[in-house]
Amino acid sequence: MSANELPRWATAIALPVLNLVSALLVAGLVIYLLGESPVESLAILVNSAVLNPEGLGYTLFYASTFIFTGLSVSIAMQAGLFNIGSEGQMYIGGLGLTLAVLALDAALPGWLMVPAAIAGAALFGALWAWLPGYLQARRGSHIVVTTIMFNFIAASLMNWLIVSFLIPVGEQRPASRLFAESAWLPKLSGILPVLGDTPLNISFLLALLALAVYGLAVWRTSWGYKLRAAGLNPHAAHYAGVSIAKTIIVAMLISGALAGLASVNSLMGSTHYMALNFTGGAGFIGIAIALMGRRHPLGILLSSILFGALIQGGFDLSLEKSNIPPETFIFIQGLIILFCGAMENLYAPALAALLKGRKA
Amino acid sequence: MIDEFLPRPATGERIHMQAAVEFRQICKRFGAVQANAEVSFGIPNGSIHGLIGENGAGKSTLMSILYGYYQAESGQILLDGQERKIRSSQDAIKLGIGMVHQHFMLVDNLSVLDNVMLGNEGGFRLAGHRAAAEAKLKSICETYSLEVDLHARIEELSVGVQQRVEILKQIYHSADILILDEPTAVLTAQETEALFDVLRLFKQQGKTVILISHKLQEILDITDNVTVMRGGRAIGTVETAKTDKEQLASMMVGRPIQTELPRAPYRPGAAVLEVAGLNLRNRQNVGLLTDVNFEVRAGEIVAIAGVSGNGQSELMEILAGMRLPTSGKIDFLGKELPLRQRHDADGLPAEFRRLGIAHVPEDRLRDGVIKDFSVMHNTIFGYQDQAPRKFGLLDFKAVMERCTELLKKFDVRPADPDLRIALLSGGNQQKVVIAREIAAAPKLMLVGQPTRGVDIGTIESIHAQLLALRDAGVAILLVSVELEEVRSLADRILVMSGGRITGELKIDEFDTTKIGLMMGGMHKS
Repeated sequence: MSANELPRWATAIALPVLNLVSALLVAGLVIYLLGESPVESLAILVNSAVLNPEGLGYTLFYASTFIFTGLSVSIAMQAGLFNIGSEGQMYIGGLGLTLAVLALDAALPGWLMVPAAIAGAALFGALWAWLPGYLQARRGSHIVVTTIMFNFIAASLMNWLIVSFLIPVGEQRPASRLFAESAWLPKLSGILPVLGDTPLNISFLLALLALAVYGLAVWRTSWGYKLRAAGLNPHAAHYAGVSIAKTIIVAMLISGALAGLASVNSLMGSTHYMALNFTGGAGFIGIAIALMGRRHPLGILLSSILFGALIQGGFDLSLEKSNIPPETFIFIQGLIILFCGAMENLYAPALAALLKGRKA
Repeated sequence: MIDEFLPRPATGERIHMQAAVEFRQICKRFGAVQANAEVSFGIPNGSIHGLIGENGAGKSTLMSILYGYYQAESGQILLDGQERKIRSSQDAIKLGIGMVHQHFMLVDNLSVLDNVMLGNEGGFRLAGHRAAAEAKLKSICETYSLEVDLHARIEELSVGVQQRVEILKQIYHSADILILDEPTAVLTAQETEALFDVLRLFKQQGKTVILISHKLQEILDITDNVTVMRGGRAIGTVETAKTDKEQLASMMVGRPIQTELPRAPYRPGAAVLEVAGLNLRNRQNVGLLTDVNFEVRAGEIVAIAGVSGNGQSELMEILAGMRLPTSGKIDFLGKELPLRQRHDADGLPAEFRRLGIAHVPEDRLRDGVIKDFSVMHNTIFGYQDQAPRKFGLLDFKAVMERCTELLKKFDVRPADPDLRIALLSGGNQQKVVIAREIAAAPKLMLVGQPTRGVDIGTIESIHAQLLALRDAGVAILLVSVELEEVRSLADRILVMSGGRITGELKIDEFDTTKIGLMMGGMHKS
């Protein structure tokens, strides 16, 4: 009995939870070896990331970015494309956003400035993904290779653009100037004061909206049907009249646009300027989220919150426990990717045997 | 009711020879499926033994148990009268059992010699052993008159020759019992004949052959005894000389099989499909189709007979819009199909479908279905843009209702629309594909190998559906490598060889020998 034959609830819930618990157990063991109590550490982590309202605000703030990068990787995966380039697309999306803001923030009121900046982010992200998509569709260049390369190109390009053109005169820090307030996103603490003074802003609501649209588009439209068919079996999709080239290009455009949108949360919601390397690996975390969330809207939401909580909780943990370095978050993240991505079917045979035994 | 098809057991005196293999009460279960139930029969030494049965009857499981892939839950295997425990294929090889799988176990980029030596390299340094192996192989080739270039790489060889290499490998490993799983499915008539010559030589050497096949004619031609399996059980073993196709088919299915299906008199209507001067060349500029001309009219079934790989697949792909021809003209209902303005066929099948061309593809799992979609999702496959919708979203309630109806009408089992289609048997998957294409109410139906890998009971039902479609006035173009299928369905027969149409005959001129010659490209009518 393979993982394919397990009931849906088992693959959708039981396996991810088992994998997650395994990752946390290994993390606990390492914390124990570092000389700290795993139970106490977990308590600090949960308290700081979820129970404390302000901590929860930060968790959801980080999650808002991850939902978009997770969606970016997921939609490409639906078309059978492993887009490693969300990081670069998010970075270039940030450029589109910043250029729109720098050009217009003096002239436009907020209700026009914000949509224009969001459109700039989506457009630039989409364009950065278009070329790898085009090369895959028309020339057969493998998307994994091209998108990895495009990450490097994006990083170098942004380095040059920020340092040579975007640093305001007289400043040392490699970042753009501060955006005018018309380009600041409203914070959610205005509506929910209980969350305290955190950068959590309306991009979280936009992210929820994006999840809903993604779910409907992929599973309930004929476009999504064709997208999934092309991803699962391109031969059959061609037989069914699906244009494979068009599907690949459109999927990459949307994937890039979603990655670009991931830049909105931190740039317009928190820092209000664009700094060098502001993406901070969020695009790569999107890969983990897509794998762990199994490309399902609810899965993406939960994994994004989990990763947000790990950043928030891990940060506080390293402050409180002197033996635990701040890199712990990256370590736990790596474990989760290992268990939920690379070894996702580790427990499938055992679970299948267990279910079979119970039925017999 | 089963008993009337049960033949009398072969008399004791005939099996006076020691049985090379004897199965006793073999049982094997996979989950809820009883794959083998109390299977008992013997295979006389030095004989060719046929093993037949519908898909899922348990033939492959039984052979896998003999070859050590699976362990039986209970029961015994006796080799030359001695009980043996076969725990792995290494055990089986040591006991002189060899198996030629349907899908070859060869390394494409190694030479024939290296493939045969693989797993038996004889030490760290290859060179010395290789010379000895080559000498031994040469002598084997002579004994069995197997013509193989030992230094050719596998990927350069035709399928028939690759199979010869597999057999060579088994003989080299001194197999006394050779199991062949559907060996002729990929072979031309000539290659099949050559294979059978080898098997006869093998038998003369006192060795034993177990042949799994769907083709009853071949079983009758070459075997000494046949064991029929159904539902995991060995239904009976008969002496080949004393049986016939009808009896074997009835034993396999468990009921009499109707060979002549009713059909309306032949009254073809207007031309639906007219193909003129069609050519197709591949990248190396080799002609795959050369000057193909024919027409198909409303209410007739035109069958293209031929050995597989002679251009039929390419022709069907062109007619379905999956591939562009190099040159030529195709008219559909008197209007030219839009081929000239295209650079590639990306998305073209959708246009052809809208015009009224339905297509049951030859390779069902590669082209016809999405394995990971449910049965319901697969019933709109290819017609996703015409599927019912509400507020711009697909209306799965309506799709489900339609699907439930189709499953009932076409007797798909189990009739569960939510099941992943990969979990259906091949025959039932094919019924879903045919149901979907017929439900699209086409003017022209392209059907490639509709009953490949499908069991006899389902073949009957698929044939009945196609004939009903013909009687309703649809033009049908059928490609089949099974002459039996061509004979029972076609109104007219075109024979293809080497990418050309080498002959045409009406169904009342059906003559296997003549068609065989045309298939070899040796006869022009």
